[in-house]
Amino acid sequence: MSWILILEQSLNGLQFGLMLFLLAAGLTLVFGIMDMINLAHGSLYMLGAFFAATLVQATGSFALGVLLAIPATALAGMLLEVAVLRTLYARDHLSQVLATFALILIANEVVRIVWGSDLQMTMPAALSGPVQLLPGMPYPAYRLLIIGVGLAVAALLYVLVAKTRIGMLVRAGASNREMALAMGVNIQRLFTLVFGVGAALCAVAGAMLGPLFAVQVGMGESILILAFVVIVIGGIGSIRGALVGAVLVGMVDTIGRAFLPHLFGLFLPPQFASAAGPAIASVLVYLLMAVVLFVRPQGLFPARG
Amino acid sequence: MNARAAALIAALAAAVAFPLAMQAADQLFFVGFASRVLIWAIAASSLNLVLGYGGMISFGHAAFVGTGAYVSGILIAGGVTSAWIGWPAAILASAVLALAIGAASLRTRGAYFIMITLAFAQMMYYLMNSMKAYGGDEGLSLTSRAALGFGLDLGNEVTFYYVVLAALCALLYATHRLAHARFGRVIAAIRENETRAEAIGFPVYRYKLICFVIAGAAGGLAGALLASHGKYVSPSLLHWTQSGTLMIMVILGGVGRLWGGALGAVLLLALEHLIAEHPIPWLLAIAPNYPQHANLGVGIVMLVIVLYAPQGLAGLVSRKRHA
Amino acid sequence: MKNRLLALAAGFAFTMLAASAGAADKVKIGFVSTLSGPSAALGVDIRDAFTLAVKLNGGKLGGLSAEILIGDDQFKPDVGRQLAEKFVKLDKVDFLTGYVFSNIMLASIPVAFENKVIYVSPNAAPSPLAGKQCNPYFFAVAWPNDAYHEAAGQYATQKGYKSTYLIAPNYQAGKDSLGGFKRFYKGKIADEVYTQLGQLDYAAELAQVRAAKPEALYIFLPGGMGINFIKQFVASGLSKDVQLITPGFGSDQDVIRPVGDAMLGLFDTSHWALDFDNPANKKFVAEFEKEYKRLPSVFAAQGYDTALLIDSAVREVKGKLDDKEAVRRALKAAKFASVRGNFKFNRNQYPIQNYVLRVVGRDAQGRLVNKTIATVFKDHGDAYVQDCAMK
Repeated sequence: MSWILILEQSLNGLQFGLMLFLLAAGLTLVFGIMDMINLAHGSLYMLGAFFAATLVQATGSFALGVLLAIPATALAGMLLEVAVLRTLYARDHLSQVLATFALILIANEVVRIVWGSDLQMTMPAALSGPVQLLPGMPYPAYRLLIIGVGLAVAALLYVLVAKTRIGMLVRAGASNREMALAMGVNIQRLFTLVFGVGAALCAVAGAMLGPLFAVQVGMGESILILAFVVIVIGGIGSIRGALVGAVLVGMVDTIGRAFLPHLFGLFLPPQFASAAGPAIASVLVYLLMAVVLFVRPQGLFPARG
Repeated sequence: MNARAAALIAALAAAVAFPLAMQAADQLFFVGFASRVLIWAIAASSLNLVLGYGGMISFGHAAFVGTGAYVSGILIAGGVTSAWIGWPAAILASAVLALAIGAASLRTRGAYFIMITLAFAQMMYYLMNSMKAYGGDEGLSLTSRAALGFGLDLGNEVTFYYVVLAALCALLYATHRLAHARFGRVIAAIRENETRAEAIGFPVYRYKLICFVIAGAAGGLAGALLASHGKYVSPSLLHWTQSGTLMIMVILGGVGRLWGGALGAVLLLALEHLIAEHPIPWLLAIAPNYPQHANLGVGIVMLVIVLYAPQGLAGLVSRKRHA
Repeated sequence: MKNRLLALAAGFAFTMLAASAGAADKVKIGFVSTLSGPSAALGVDIRDAFTLAVKLNGGKLGGLSAEILIGDDQFKPDVGRQLAEKFVKLDKVDFLTGYVFSNIMLASIPVAFENKVIYVSPNAAPSPLAGKQCNPYFFAVAWPNDAYHEAAGQYATQKGYKSTYLIAPNYQAGKDSLGGFKRFYKGKIADEVYTQLGQLDYAAELAQVRAAKPEALYIFLPGGMGINFIKQFVASGLSKDVQLITPGFGSDQDVIRPVGDAMLGLFDTSHWALDFDNPANKKFVAEFEKEYKRLPSVFAAQGYDTALLIDSAVREVKGKLDDKEAVRRALKAAKFASVRGNFKFNRNQYPIQNYVLRVVGRDAQGRLVNKTIATVFKDHGDAYVQDCAMK
């Protein structure tokens, strides 16, 4: 097992984790500030990817297409907030779960009607090859770009939340909604704005992962659950928690899949190792969540004091 | 005899007569279809126990149904075909899983609880997906249904239907008794006001956990029946969207109502079948592909129900009756 | 409650009447395939070629007007199974066909077997059904699951690759494929990795391949999985150091279209190619391109042959579809001009045929196509037929 292999797998884990962060960040804010469970967050991710694939095709430019997909998705998200989700804030969690689950069904069918069940999205030709990171270690250029974009968005979000007035309101809302309300914060406009930002982050993730995966109906459904795991680990309402949780989940998942079967092979009979290795690797992330819950039921970085 | 009892007897008579009529008409497909509907009615009713009666928003119920299906399926595949071993084993396994998941997730509240049940159920999905010995993502095909003995052949669609019907009736009767027993009243008190129930001195956590385990066990029974019905088990049974579908059934039929789960399952599955198989001509003229997008209708109906009629259809009916 | 149940019963009764109105002067085909999602191109090619064959036949199969019921399994075994139930029990089809993926087919066809409906497989032909579990109601039109991979193993041995890394999805066809490769490959297996069916990100696997430093890499990743893998393989820079080999469908038109020039020079093994020089194939390729404005893939060729086979059998029994034994005999005779040239059915109802080596190059119009270079196996059957008790 060489250092280069471990380094390469860590980069893969980081890349996956950063994309998870983009999804989890929006979700955790909506959760923290509005106390709203939104299952349709994954649909915004799907929508972002379909917008991006279409716009890249239409404009002929990858960068332009992706940049246009972000405001388009944000707009769709804000529209959704104003039209449906706003009425759900005051309702119980069950209504929120059911209504947003219904939104998933609706979004899937609408996308199917508008675009069909999948779209092709190609990465820019200049980035489709490898970059020599270290001697003997080439790494796909496009995945480096994803890592770069993920880090840049994380930094931007940090500045936005920690240094600006809007960010202050967001933090105030997350730590104590009633208090923020009492102090005269225009919660309604803030909610719509936060929802738009969450949708925009979804679009970034969907657009960046589109060429790597497949742009298809239902693509947001599995990744949504992982975003939930991230939030539970990180603590509801905390951006910092989402970042740490996401990178942790990305790393544990990738490293587990890559090395656990071999690790088991070292001290278990091969038959058992080849059966148990992948099985345990596939649930490692959830075991991590269980452990975090046991030790810190409020997550690693609880936002509420 | 009051109107309620008369309706009950009529419904039961219709349910008993249905397969005989279909058999006479050489339409066994519908007997199989009805069995599937009734099994989902059991699954939805079991979710209603925890969701409606217990007030716990468990979004991982598919894990218990799926676990029951796998345990019973694995036993049949391994040559243990007796239903008297396979079905109790399935129920027990689902109960144990519910105990583990419930013990961990009931320590949390609200949104955390929803997400954690969801995540643990998804964990079971991935676990079964990676279990090569039991078919992995390919699923497990069975050569026969479970064997019941007493000269009853479950391979016969009509016999199987009656067994499923009996199981559903037993579950609904047990639920009815439970709801009116001391246990049911305590659970209702916890649902209405957990803090007050705790202050009175009820061991809230333990009551909720027991409710969660009973529901999981009943879900396991549905799973075991499902495995025999389709002679096939696959991880997709455990996927989280399956939990969502079960929830839709419960809300459609009426949360916390005895018939809620069953009614919702019948409505949803019958509607799905009718939309796919019997397109309405004028609608077809406007939108030629609409039967393929049945879920759009389900989604819109759900959204409208949640936003405007949170008591479900059973709620609408009883509201009319009270008026 | 009562009224609702009555309404429901009325609905069923209505369905029943509608269903029993079918006349006996036509042949009903149930076609279930993967028609949506990243691997949809496969099922769509089979469907398009199948319906094309029927259309060229004047809407008939074996002289009877053909009714084709089409269902999309959405790449989900349980959906595929439910469609099979419906087609067999409700619509009472004469033949079932269509499935691309072995796992979905294996979950679904017991329904056909139990109801004595013949399943004519346009693609999947898993090893268990070739040997101990061989079934009189199962016909494999395309090729045994192992065959392409046996040919690829033979080719890798001939080329003298000392070590090969193997990747396949974790399901029956995946296991069959790597088993087939190893049966004819004499070099060292660097490693053998089973990935999740439907997996789309192969970063972790590619890193392991790089660390293992094999001479060749053999992948069995049909549909969207292969498209993503080959793109990511090229992006990782591994293509310079490791020779990639795929089975024929792993680099056919459905993969070439989205991946593009990165496919040039890739070797694969197949039982059919665009350039096969026989009248049936020339007609098929020309008509398919005319109808659908794209070149057919090997899946399309298989779908087309499936329709021709059913056509020949229905004609042979003169429309007496209820005599299942006669229909079986007629299918087994395979009296039709296949686009692959000559082939015959083994006693397990799997084909015996030739397999060729192909390379991706440019045709006269500059399009990327598979070109036949050599024959790898002649009259090749499968390794399981001796376990089949069927005569």
